[in-house]
Amino acid sequence: MYLKTGNIKWRMTRDKLFLGLVIIMSIIAIIPVILIITKLISKGIRQINLDFFIRVAPDTFEAMTAVSNGEIIPGGILNGITGTLLMTLIAALIAIPLGILVGLYLYENPSQRFAGLVRDVSDILQGVPSIVLGLIAYLWIVKQVTNGFSALAGSVSLSIMMLPLVIRTTEETMKMIPISIKEAGLALGVPYHKVILRVLIPTGMSGLVTGILMAISRVIGETAPLMLTALGSPAVNFIIDRPTSAVPLLIWEFYNDPNMIDLIWSSALFLLGFVLTLNLISKRIARNTTP
Amino acid sequence: MTGNKITRILLGSSSILVLLLTAGMVYSLINGAIPVFNEYGLKFITSAEWNPTEGSEYYGALSFIIGTLITSGLALVICLPLAFSASLFIGEYFRRSGISHVVGTLINLLAGVPSIVYGLWGFYVLRPLVVDLGLSSQGFGIFTAGLILAIMIIPYATSISTEVISMVPNELKEAAYSLGATRFEVIANVIVPNARSGIFASYILAFGRALGETMAVTMLVGNSNAIPGGLFDTGNTMASVIANQFGEAEGLKLSALIGIGLILFFITALINAIGKIIIKSFS
Repeated sequence: MYLKTGNIKWRMTRDKLFLGLVIIMSIIAIIPVILIITKLISKGIRQINLDFFIRVAPDTFEAMTAVSNGEIIPGGILNGITGTLLMTLIAALIAIPLGILVGLYLYENPSQRFAGLVRDVSDILQGVPSIVLGLIAYLWIVKQVTNGFSALAGSVSLSIMMLPLVIRTTEETMKMIPISIKEAGLALGVPYHKVILRVLIPTGMSGLVTGILMAISRVIGETAPLMLTALGSPAVNFIIDRPTSAVPLLIWEFYNDPNMIDLIWSSALFLLGFVLTLNLISKRIARNTTP
Repeated sequence: MTGNKITRILLGSSSILVLLLTAGMVYSLINGAIPVFNEYGLKFITSAEWNPTEGSEYYGALSFIIGTLITSGLALVICLPLAFSASLFIGEYFRRSGISHVVGTLINLLAGVPSIVYGLWGFYVLRPLVVDLGLSSQGFGIFTAGLILAIMIIPYATSISTEVISMVPNELKEAAYSLGATRFEVIANVIVPNARSGIFASYILAFGRALGETMAVTMLVGNSNAIPGGLFDTGNTMASVIANQFGEAEGLKLSALIGIGLILFFITALINAIGKIIIKSFS
């Protein structure tokens, strides 16, 4: 069959051409990430100083004055950092326990029809666009619970985003634990909840932590759902039923204000650095613990 | 044994909670969209007129639905050769070598970059490039949005297809080599036919990702509320119209935006379900 496809010279050339094409295309595929990171570093590093972390975002007037005087824009993104940490923390507190319980259920009942349904629904949940989750949190929390834009609403939208990731991680991690470990516990007459808390979770801890860090890094850069829920705030806020800022929300505000261009890049650099660090840490944990 | 029972009930009820949560989401979206469907009926989906001006209000979502499908479709077309090459690079040609680890890590990094950072980069780097190439005067539009989406979905299109490509049994490949096939012929006649449903599924899932992307698209698509006339024309997508017009929305307009969210929810759920079914039948 192959011998019919042409003479050997052409076949060898075609083989090399294709390899060349694959290499060129692969290089093109990795160029954007390199360009993005270098652009953010070269444009953003100048503005990152101590103030950047301990002061709130400047208003337009302050920024305009600084720009027209040729100075560095005063202020930082403290209100964004605290808001992001607050909302991510609450989202994690909602999503992690629930996600682990559901993941354990799926692990315990792998072939049950109800579990299959839960698994499918969780997959669907994972595909829901974040902006739609923003709408949901708006309808549920902003309209019904806090009667206004709030950190809680932002957290709820982020927690729905995290939930399917935590469920999937838990189930996958538990599947990797040798069943004999679990059975040893049960054979000793240890109650099932203690087997979960003392055997399954500690054994699978590194896998769980990896998955949870991945889930957090996924939601920490989210902007769209927060625009519909947390809205943003010029001051540091830790009250969960008040509007709250977040780093991505600040980037969006800076982007819409021509005076703040310098702050855009430093905030974006900070956000990307934060997300990628979480990513790297979770990958490292995963690599160190997989046999 | 009551302790065990409580534990099992706790696990089971958490799972029920997830189902209720999802059902509640669908219910709330439908409930919120009822006013707009009452007002315009199916015209809400089939009309491309979007006019929030008071007095002559009219809400039709067609131009956003089309805008979403075109930008995501374009993204998929641009992404396809890149992702396919990258998965061959990582999963076949340079399997388990240092260089494929580097390429794989860089491509995975793409998945970690927040949407708004893509938007900034697209606005300040990609858009001027489109202007310089003379493709459009402002650089905003379907093409630029599709381009940034293509970059964003590369990691999703690459990861599963790399996996299925590297899972093709060695015996099959070796059999072809022993018949005198070149590597290209092995890829074309053994690897791709064996891995095709997995590869196909990963592109479908990547397409699903593109459909719901908001920030980067909003910053580049031009946000004009009409059916785009061409690739370099401006347009709008379902996700970005929600993000853009939500701020001042109430009443019928809010209902229209929720209706768009409902349509987006169903389209992405459908696309994802198709992708998952293909993967399931494959494994």
